[in-house]
Amino acid sequence: MSTENRRKERIDRGIKVRSDGLYALMSWREMAYLIAPRFILIAGLLALPLLMPGLYWQRVISIVCIYAIVAISFDFLAHYVGLVCLGGAFFIGVGGYIAGIFNAYFGMPPLLTIPLAAIAGGLFCTLLLLPCLPLRGVYFAIVTLMYPLFMARIIEAFDIFGGTDGILGIDSFSSAFVEQYFVVGILLVFLFGLRRLVNTDMGLIFTAVMDNDQAVRASGINITHYKALAVFIASAMGCLAGACLTHIYMWSGISQFALDFSILPIAATVIGGAGTLAGPVIGCLILVPVSELLRDFGTLRIVFYATILVAFILFRSDGIMAFAKRKYEQIERWTQV
Amino acid sequence: MKPDTNPKPPMLRMENVSKTFGGVTALSHVDLDVHEGDVLGIIGPNGSGKTTTVNAITGFIRPSGGRIFFKGKNITGKKPHQIADMGITRTFQIMRPYYSLPAYKNLVIPLFSPRAKRTGGWRGGGNLGDRKTIAIDILEEIGFERDSYIPFKTTSTLPTGYLKRLELARCLALQPEILICDEIFSGLSMSEIASMVPLIERLQDDGITIVMIEHRLRELFQVANRVMVLNFGEKLVEGTPEEVMADERVKEAYFGSEKIEEVMTYA
Repeated sequence: MSTENRRKERIDRGIKVRSDGLYALMSWREMAYLIAPRFILIAGLLALPLLMPGLYWQRVISIVCIYAIVAISFDFLAHYVGLVCLGGAFFIGVGGYIAGIFNAYFGMPPLLTIPLAAIAGGLFCTLLLLPCLPLRGVYFAIVTLMYPLFMARIIEAFDIFGGTDGILGIDSFSSAFVEQYFVVGILLVFLFGLRRLVNTDMGLIFTAVMDNDQAVRASGINITHYKALAVFIASAMGCLAGACLTHIYMWSGISQFALDFSILPIAATVIGGAGTLAGPVIGCLILVPVSELLRDFGTLRIVFYATILVAFILFRSDGIMAFAKRKYEQIERWTQV
Repeated sequence: MKPDTNPKPPMLRMENVSKTFGGVTALSHVDLDVHEGDVLGIIGPNGSGKTTTVNAITGFIRPSGGRIFFKGKNITGKKPHQIADMGITRTFQIMRPYYSLPAYKNLVIPLFSPRAKRTGGWRGGGNLGDRKTIAIDILEEIGFERDSYIPFKTTSTLPTGYLKRLELARCLALQPEILICDEIFSGLSMSEIASMVPLIERLQDDGITIVMIEHRLRELFQVANRVMVLNFGEKLVEGTPEEVMADERVKEAYFGSEKIEEVMTYA
């Protein structure tokens, strides 16, 4: 057909309004254009446990979700508040131990220990990180990297909470099905909850603290208060993930303070796209299964792993999510002139 | 204005304030009174302690000695956000907007502060439910064209003139009682400065006490009714602009051998 009375036009051009977060929808097709990516993510995550062959891969999905929760908490803290926290393992370990203690020693059911671990663990982590809050950038990163090592050595040296053996005899979820849908559900709630939080006025203050903390102080706002609040949100998420992990493995021990829980979420954030929140989830969906597939290679898998990471940093440094978003916004359609 | 014509206690009083950084004395024994409705200019050569004075008043540094009072209350050593909460706001010499946000969202942050909630924001807008509308109202008042796209542009793409205004707007959003402007004219073109002077005069009419650090003496002397001259961290002279201009020590320290009238003309 001729192009005399038709032209190509980007779909998003018509529906984006000057103020962000506002859309002018004219048709169901435009509505579908906005909903489709969110729908694919939600439906995909909910369908994953059903699609996986066998218990082993279903368990991998649970682990993916746990890493993903830690990864979005890292992404929130690093790219919306400006606190690069390398202590993901600290949150996981604290949450895991609290859930383990309350389950094994006091006989509380998982449905009680998990929220308890989130709140109590969040408060504990925030309290311990409080002295570091005036630090910025790489200094905060280095200090937070020490916390998990510090906790692991304390438990080992004082031989508390089972010492190097860890806490044994912890209840599992009632079934594998419950376990998977529980963690998937939590992940989705956190993902869309954080997305909503960063767009509120409070989220704006978090961004402002990242951009320019001195100006926020000059605006009469106590930045320590807001930083502590952000750390509480992120650490409560991490502790909740740790509590789930404890109940999945029916064990909590000092390997929950291992560096893996700090590093893998960051790698996933790099691959998925920093500052997108959904990106880290996608990153975890790639990285964790890859690491399982490479398990046969033994320690050599670190080499493959590092290669993938380096390749991403070199060729797609803005991450999968930013790339996909750009491509999605460039989709065009024919319109009548 | 003569010092004795104002019977009320000073709005802001610095008593014997000193600050040393290691061996460097940035401020030594500075006394200063700012009365309500004053426009006080602080001038002095580079490194004479002007910005240190502002930092000491607004709590960004803790003075090594001396005390600072705001309306009779001792505010020495209080945190910056506490001092801003009391009503002393400042602009920064090196502008500190939130570069990644759109311009109008820069003002949503001060409007979120406890002080703005108490006072109802600039000109007592009262209902802070719609912070974005109030933010754009303030920006319009300060010289952003309301119906243009400029308030919605990302801050990092704005020219210096707008960034300086944004600094001022951030302070105004807090309903300040004392506004401290740290070199608000520097880096602006002549026409931009010409449009800023009436703005400062308007703020003065609104009853805001203003402290200005400035190198552009001609514009400063237009609006200021008192001037303090600092040199090597010490107060050299304080008085009306005419007194300061006539003072021999000021000419010696600040302008070297040049005639002050020449500097005034070409500055």
